Amino acid sequence: MIEEGKALFLQIAEQIEDSILDGSLEEESKAPSTNELAAFYRINPATAAKGVAMLTDKGVLYKRRGIGMFVQSGARELLLGERRSAFADRYIDPLLAEARTLGLGADDLAALLRERAAVAASASTTEGNPA
Amino acid sequence: MTAVIEVNNLSKHYKDKRALDNVSLSLEGDAIYGLLGRNGAGKTTLMSILTAQNFATSGDVKVFGEHPYENARVLSRICFVRESQKYPDDATPRHAFKAASLFFTNWDQELAEQLIKEFQLPMKQTIKKLSRGQLSAVGVIIGLASRADITFFDEPYLGLDAVARQIFYDRLLEDYSEHPRTIILSSHLIDEVANLIERVIVIDDGKILLNEETDAVRDRAVTVVGDSAEVDAWVASREVLHRDQLGRVASVTVLGALSSEERAQVTASGLDLAPVSLQQLIVRLTQKASAESGAENQEVR
Repeated sequence: MIEEGKALFLQIAEQIEDSILDGSLEEESKAPSTNELAAFYRINPATAAKGVAMLTDKGVLYKRRGIGMFVQSGARELLLGERRSAFADRYIDPLLAEARTLGLGADDLAALLRERAAVAASASTTEGNPA
Repeated sequence: MTAVIEVNNLSKHYKDKRALDNVSLSLEGDAIYGLLGRNGAGKTTLMSILTAQNFATSGDVKVFGEHPYENARVLSRICFVRESQKYPDDATPRHAFKAASLFFTNWDQELAEQLIKEFQLPMKQTIKKLSRGQLSAVGVIIGLASRADITFFDEPYLGLDAVARQIFYDRLLEDYSEHPRTIILSSHLIDEVANLIERVIVIDDGKILLNEETDAVRDRAVTVVGDSAEVDAWVASREVLHRDQLGRVASVTVLGALSSEERAQVTASGLDLAPVSLQQLIVRLTQKASAESGAENQEVR
């Protein structure tokens, strides 16, 4: 859950972002408190607070006085945009680097990608109706 | 925030050994500090001087802005859980907790009872007959339940198994979240405490080697692995902490965080990057410091 070599507060912020992106933390709902995050991830509360503060600065969370932190309306759109623009750097470049080592060209990759996507799609349609 | 502990040019000499060498530190309140270093590095000496259980050879310490020596105002707000705490021969844990509850004004009896149950501590046996782990549990319970403004834990885990240590870490975080105060945790189990401590202080050979926010240190070093010629070319302009070689493959740990462009360059040139844990970083920094001071001594001779 927690990786080495990367600032903890960034990782905490990313975990909260992930829950907003996958919908488990909805807009205008209450975000976990600093102490809840500290207890769950077994980290220092000040570090958790720094992660929350980063998301507040970014406009992902906002504070309701005396109640706690809440997810800002439009936060999901904001994060989707950010993650989509980072997608190529984060996933495609390493994919291309490994493909090059293996002697696979862009066309081979595209074919592989379509093949795998078809498998994944058929698996998700059969899911739920075991016939 | 204001400093609760201030140390200025502190030195301590025992006969021919120099335990602390001109140490200066300033610690702000309401934080968990990790005091790390090898055996004999000076950790216990520093803590015992701060708690007025030992005298400085030179230099000055202030706790809550005052000198701690024979100062009841200061000492009643400090709890020092020593690794080798002595108790009277016929004392039971119940006696020890009773004494602590009278001394510490913030003592929480309910928390103490809860911890006694969790650590399964036999209350009627004399402390002398307790196992090493049970003796550590007595110290941990006093340290947590005293809720002192400053609590020092000097290797509080000796003899505690993994489950009991986890109870300690969890209860420490939980109680600290509800009652923020200053905790100074001395430990060799760096990986176990790395996520708990807000600031890391490393002492080596009586000197402060590192005093920084823990999160800032997490990406301080990186290990580059790959073809040794490529690796060496890449690390040439950097400070190397450690180097291992197996055949043509080299694994070199360098100091300094990498930008994302640098990371991309490294992976593009076919090298692998591996993160360096806080424990690995401290081991490497300490080894480097002792190698350098060893070299200096050689030159003097």
